[in-house]
Amino acid sequence: MLKDEVFWQSMTNTFWLVIIVVPASIVFSLLFAVMLNQIKRLKGLFRTVYFMPFVTSLVAVSIVWKIMFNEQTGLMNTMIGWVGIEPQKWLSEARGIFDIFFSGFGITLPKWAGGPSQALFAIIIMTVWKGLGYNTIIYLAGLQNISKVYYEAAEIDGASKLKQFFRITLPLVSPTTFYVLIMTTIVSFQAFAQIYLMTDKGGPLNTTKLIVYYIYEKGFDTMDMGYASAVALALFILILGLTVLQKRLEKHVNY
Amino acid sequence: MNEKLRMSIIYTVLSVFGLVMIVPFIWMISTALMTQSEFNKHESTFIPKEEYHVWDDGSVKQKVLFVMDKGDISIVHLLDKDGKIVEEYKEAPRSQVTKVKKVPSFHWANFLKAFKKVPFGIYFANTLYVSFISLIGVLITSMLAAYAFARMEFIGRDFFFYLFLSMMMVPEPIYLISSYVLLDKINWLDTYQALIVPWCVNIFTIFLFRQHFKSLPQELFDAAAIDGCGTFGILWRIMIPLSKPIIATASIFSLIGSWNSFMWPLVMTNRPELRVLQVGLSYFNQEASTQTTLLMAASTFSIVPILILFFMAQKQIIASYAKAGLKD
Repeated sequence: MLKDEVFWQSMTNTFWLVIIVVPASIVFSLLFAVMLNQIKRLKGLFRTVYFMPFVTSLVAVSIVWKIMFNEQTGLMNTMIGWVGIEPQKWLSEARGIFDIFFSGFGITLPKWAGGPSQALFAIIIMTVWKGLGYNTIIYLAGLQNISKVYYEAAEIDGASKLKQFFRITLPLVSPTTFYVLIMTTIVSFQAFAQIYLMTDKGGPLNTTKLIVYYIYEKGFDTMDMGYASAVALALFILILGLTVLQKRLEKHVNY
Repeated sequence: MNEKLRMSIIYTVLSVFGLVMIVPFIWMISTALMTQSEFNKHESTFIPKEEYHVWDDGSVKQKVLFVMDKGDISIVHLLDKDGKIVEEYKEAPRSQVTKVKKVPSFHWANFLKAFKKVPFGIYFANTLYVSFISLIGVLITSMLAAYAFARMEFIGRDFFFYLFLSMMMVPEPIYLISSYVLLDKINWLDTYQALIVPWCVNIFTIFLFRQHFKSLPQELFDAAAIDGCGTFGILWRIMIPLSKPIIATASIFSLIGSWNSFMWPLVMTNRPELRVLQVGLSYFNQEASTQTTLLMAASTFSIVPILILFFMAQKQIIASYAKAGLKD
């Protein structure tokens, strides 16, 4: 397994996915939650709209996003066309996003610095969208547990809203952040249906092959159960290790 | 910053992102209502439109003629200025068509076409069957186990409870292979049991019930015991009536979970007549990959039941997820 190139590639792909999905989810959902927490009218409507992707089936939304990312007829290219960006290949683009970005300025990056492929980036966008509502709701619940007294005191001291956010909200909501961090990490490592439905077996050039898809492929396409179990065990150790690490970290940061 | 300005910025940002969240659904439905050729020509984005050839009738100013191509016949509609059909002719004089106009037209028939293309009726029935039986199973096993963990004394109680809890942290893909081998050994692959029985136990639900049962006052149990109530009597007459919110929460998680579960049924079943909705939809995705409009129609009706459930009980559902998240 350790000498298997595809294994390492799917590990790398999975790392890219997790490393982008987790912070993006946290930033956006905290932003939404903080804003939702301040409004009264239409709060329920926004909450419902944000939560909708989370309750719908991954299979159905994967199909929708696959068609949205279609090169010729997809909505994505139509929408980026409105702001003057030329059509992208999305799910059929194996080039890295950093590579594509810098080549726009005439800079050629070395191969290792290309970053995740645009195809994987499309998967990442969809994955963030799917889980955002859940994290927003969790954050909203976390924010409601913060006592109003702190804000009133800060208001009297003349602290700006921005300062209140960084000095009060962010530290006091950190237990929620850790929960969201751990859950999103674990869930992101398990991404499977997106790959199964949106890509052609983890293509192009294996750049969207994620570790759980690789387990599935080894176990049920080539019927190599032993090998698939070995990969699954590696994933388990990885998730367990990360969870323990994050828990350790939590003890240092918690208030 | 001025309070009014701040609020309007908040509402604007929330609306823009709300639109981003919902646009895939809107696009899904509008694509489901287009004809395939319209979608391929990529002419309309959100509102399905068809081209009508307009012929202005010189003598009657308010009336225009619409020619609609339906295969090899062209039908002419004589419309008034509101767009209502006044008269209808078949075989119109094409030479007099002067302008082209786009008019919204929705092809609801796509839903029926998609539904008939593969046996979605069977898939729906399978999903409902599997979802409801496992829901009943989950409720029974969870309440019994939670009662034991919360209210009974036995050796290794806490050990087993924490063992259960730690198993909750093991993600599905990890035990998928070993479960497959196990189900193969007992000849359960490709049966309904494989879809139902393993999901009749849910550790998280046990945890929810246990926390709830623990929070009930001891006096209740003492009083019931004095009145001659046995263990099952206590469970049936006291615990269940007092656990309605937890039962609702557990049911929501179980139903949404089994309606949307995909990897497990994909791996454990093979026969087409055992396919649940999600698996059937994924096969449809492979078979009809070029029939975009039908794929969108199928995606739409596969999420509608869960969305109806969501809209009916959205407050309860969102509160359940929020509470469950905080309990961990």
